[in-house]
Amino acid sequence: MSSLQSIREEIKAKRPFKVLVAKLGIDGHDRGAKVIARALKDAGFEVVYTGIRQTPEQVVMSAIQEDVDVIGISILSGAHIHHVKKLMEKLKEIGADDIPVVVGGTIPLVDIEPLKKMGVREVFLPGSSLKTIIEAVRRLAAEKREKEGLFT
Amino acid sequence: MSSLFNDDSLKRIAEAYEKYEKELVPEWLRKLPERMEEFNTLSWIPVKRIYTPLDIKDHDYMEKLGFPGEYPFTRGIHATMYRARLWTMRMFSGFGGPEETNQRLLFLIKHGETGLSLAFDYPTLIGIDPDDPMAEGEVGIVGVSVPTIVDMDIIFRNIDMSAVTTNMTINPPAPVLLSFYVAVAESKGVPRHKIGGTTQNDPLKEFIAQKSYVFPPEPAVKVAMDLIEWSIRNIPKWNPISISGYHIREAGSTAVQELAFTIADGIEYVRQLTARGLDVDEFAPRLSFFWDSHINFFEEIAKFRAARRMWAKIMRDWFGAKKKRSLWMRFHTQTAGVSLMAQQPWINIVRTAIEALAAVLGGTQSLHTNSFDEPFRVPSEFAAKIALRTQQIIAYETGVVDTIDPCGGSYFVEWLTDEIEERAWRYIDRIERMGGMLEAVKKGFPQREIAEASYRFQQEVDAGKRVIVGVNMFVEEEEEDIRKVPLLEFDQEEIEERQKQRVKRIRSERDRAKWNTALENLKRAASRGENIMPYVLEAVKAKATIGEIMGALKEVYGVYVEPPIY
Repeated sequence: MSSLQSIREEIKAKRPFKVLVAKLGIDGHDRGAKVIARALKDAGFEVVYTGIRQTPEQVVMSAIQEDVDVIGISILSGAHIHHVKKLMEKLKEIGADDIPVVVGGTIPLVDIEPLKKMGVREVFLPGSSLKTIIEAVRRLAAEKREKEGLFT
Repeated sequence: MSSLFNDDSLKRIAEAYEKYEKELVPEWLRKLPERMEEFNTLSWIPVKRIYTPLDIKDHDYMEKLGFPGEYPFTRGIHATMYRARLWTMRMFSGFGGPEETNQRLLFLIKHGETGLSLAFDYPTLIGIDPDDPMAEGEVGIVGVSVPTIVDMDIIFRNIDMSAVTTNMTINPPAPVLLSFYVAVAESKGVPRHKIGGTTQNDPLKEFIAQKSYVFPPEPAVKVAMDLIEWSIRNIPKWNPISISGYHIREAGSTAVQELAFTIADGIEYVRQLTARGLDVDEFAPRLSFFWDSHINFFEEIAKFRAARRMWAKIMRDWFGAKKKRSLWMRFHTQTAGVSLMAQQPWINIVRTAIEALAAVLGGTQSLHTNSFDEPFRVPSEFAAKIALRTQQIIAYETGVVDTIDPCGGSYFVEWLTDEIEERAWRYIDRIERMGGMLEAVKKGFPQREIAEASYRFQQEVDAGKRVIVGVNMFVEEEEEDIRKVPLLEFDQEEIEERQKQRVKRIRSERDRAKWNTALENLKRAASRGENIMPYVLEAVKAKATIGEIMGALKEVYGVYVEPPIY
C-alpha cells in the first residue's frame, strides 16, 4: 500500500459514518424521513437527505456519489416491495450491494421477510424508536467499514 | 368588558385558591409527589393543577362565546347543532381500480355512511397516468386510480349522484377530478345545482406538508383560485376548497401550528380571490376547512372552538364580510393517522374513538374515523366498519350530542381556548409581517417550524417523557397481535395492468381531432392567464387523461422541485 493510499484510507476511516436518507417512490409523507435525518445528524452521522419522489436509479447514484455507509429508505405508499426490489437490483448491477439498506414506513409484517430476502438488513415499523434506528444504522455502518478494513 | 363573576366572589375564590396552593397541596405533595414535574399539552402549553373562575375572570360571555349560530360562533355554527342534524359520517375510501372502490362505497353506504369521500392513489394525486414509468408499482395502493372520465363513471355505478355529496382529496389535479365528476353527473342527468361535495384544492399546504405538489407555488395557487371562481358560479352547492390543517398536523406540527398555518392559508386565499374582483360574500360561504383530531383531548376541543372564533373575526373585521354564512368556519375532521401505531394494533380503535369524541365535542360538520389497521395498509372492510360504528356509537348512544358545546363554561376549556387562540394569533402576526402565507411558504418558514416540532416530539417519546401505550410503555415483545390483523388483500399487479390497458384503450378509441383541439385550447388559455376550468372540462369530455391534461399545464406553469430541508 502506497503511503498516499494509506493516508487516504486513514482519513476515510476517521470521517463520520455517512447515511443517505431517501424517499423512494412518489408518496409525500416525509415527517419520518426528516425526523430520522435530523436524529442521525445529532447522533454524529453525516446525513444526505434526498427529498421526495426519488427513483431507484436516483437513490443508487446519490449513494455512490456521496460514498455513503448506509442507505435508509422511507416509504409510506405501500409500494415498498416493488421499489425496494428495483433498488436492490440496481445496487447489485452496479456493484454497490455492499452498502447496507434499511427500510422504514407503513409495512405489513408479512412483507418483512420478503424485504429481508431481497437483502434489506433492517425494517422499521411505525412506532420504532429513534434509539433503535440509530443503533442499527451505526452497527451496519461499522460492519461495512470493518469489512473494507478501514475501521479499527 | 363584563365579567361573569362579581368582585366579591372572585375575592373569596382567590383567597381559597391561595390557601389550596400554599397549604393543602404542599401537604399532599409531601405524602405523594405528582407524577411529573410539569404537565403540558401536545403544543407544549403548560397545564396547571386546577382551573377556576380566576383564570377566566375577565371573560366577557357575549364577546367570547355568545350563542351557537351567532357571532363569534365559538359554540357552534348552527343554532341547533346535532340536536337537528348530526355530522356527516364520511369515510375516506378508495383502493385498487374504480370497480373495487365502487364496491367499497356501496358497502359503506349500506352500513350507514352518510357522505362519500374518495381517496386517490399516488399517480392520480400527482396527476400522472397509470402507464407513466413513475407510476410503476403505485397504482391503486393508497387509493383509487382515476386517470379518465371512464374510471369516474365506474366508481359511481349504482350511486345516486344527486343525493350524495362527495369529498375528493385532490390538489394539483383538482380541476381534472372535479371535471370528471361534473361530466359524469351531467351524463346521468343530475342538474348542476344539485352537484354537491368538496374538492380539497388547497395548494399552500402541499408545500408546507402534504407534498403532492406539481406546479410551483404561484401557478398552483392560481389554478386553485380558478376552480373556486368557476365553482361558485357553476356548481353553487360545491365546496371548492377544504383549507386543510390535517396534513400540517400529520407532518408533525403542534395543534397551535396547525391552527395558525391553516388560518393563514385561508387568509391568503381570501386575498387572492378578492384581488380577482370577487365579492367576499360571494365566495366566503363556500370556503370549508379540514382539521386533525389528535389524542390530547381537551387541546383538540379548544382548538376547534378557537378556530371558529378566529375565522369569524377575520372574515368580519379584516375582510368586511356581511353575510352570516361568510363568517362560518364549516369543517371536516379526521382522527389522527399519525397517532396510530403498529404495536398492539387493536388499541388504535380506542385512540380513534377518543379523537372522534373530541371532534364531536368540538362541533365538527363531518367526520372520518381511521381504521386500526392503517399503520399497515388501506383498511379492510372489517376495520372500516368498526371505525364507522365508532361514530355511530358517539352519535346514538353516548348522549354527548344532546346539548350544544357541552364543554363550554369549563374553566379549563375556556382558558385553553383563549390560550391556543392567543398563540395562534402570534404566529399569524409573524406570517403577516413576512407578507402573508405564500411568501412565508416560499421562505420555508412553516416547513421549518413543523420539522422542529416533530423532532422535539419524537425525542420526548424516545426519552419516555411522552407516553405511547405499547410503544414506550406496556410494551409487548410478542408480535402475535400484529400477525392476527386481517389485512385487506388485493392483487395490485393485476389492477395496475387493468388500469394501464384501460387508459391505452381509451386513448386509441377517442376522437383524435376533438381531443387535440381541447388540449391545445387548454394550453392557450393557461398561457393567457384565463380561468382554465372550462377548458379542462372540455378536455375530459374529449377523453383526455389526467396525465395529458396535467402534462399540458406543466408545459405552461413548470414543475416544482423542493429544496430538501430537514
